[in-house]
Amino acid sequence: MAAPQSEIRYLNPVSVEVKKKKYCRFKKAGIKYVDYKDAEFLKKFLNEQGKILPRRLTGTSQKFQKKVATAVKRARHLAILPFVTDLLK
Amino acid sequence: MNRYETVFIATPVLSDVQLKELVGKFQGVITENGGKVNYTEEWGLRKLAYPIQKKTTGFYTLIEFEGEGKLIDILETQYRRDERVIRFLTFKQDKYAAEYAEKRRNLNAAKSKEQ
Repeated sequence: MAAPQSEIRYLNPVSVEVKKKKYCRFKKAGIKYVDYKDAEFLKKFLNEQGKILPRRLTGTSQKFQKKVATAVKRARHLAILPFVTDLLK
Repeated sequence: MNRYETVFIATPVLSDVQLKELVGKFQGVITENGGKVNYTEEWGLRKLAYPIQKKTTGFYTLIEFEGEGKLIDILETQYRRDERVIRFLTFKQDKYAAEYAEKRRNLNAAKSKEQ
């Protein structure tokens, strides 16, 4: 005899994480060039330690991820962004 | 004639007279070797993200210019010889970078006019 359908009763309904479709912010905003000089914009693509966020988290396309990476590396070379830090934000 | 953009950091111990002379020297190097300086911008004394040569602050200067390829080797050897410059970066502006620089320049001009 099949076990009764839902044995476990949840107090509140399990909120299924609705999967938000990721989009490339550069294509949407029509930005063509990532400037290595403005740190505020580049900080959106770094985590707390100052490491570059991967594409799967930011959702940017490969072409613009490469531009962001070169811009961040140039900013690090010019000491606009740190190579490694603990509390970046 | 390619379009280039160069940023260099000068040691913080310089007085502003010496800094002006340093910037003038590099502009001279560019114009002497057949280049044309389009735009110069000084960000002044800024804190570095990590110490360079035991210094934590530096004078940032941005120069946008046009020139031949061999001009860049001459400019970079000047940078390396001059011990007041602690770091520099030169890069060739592609189509989009040039557009962006143009827009940024007008933006700054407009902003400075307001002040």
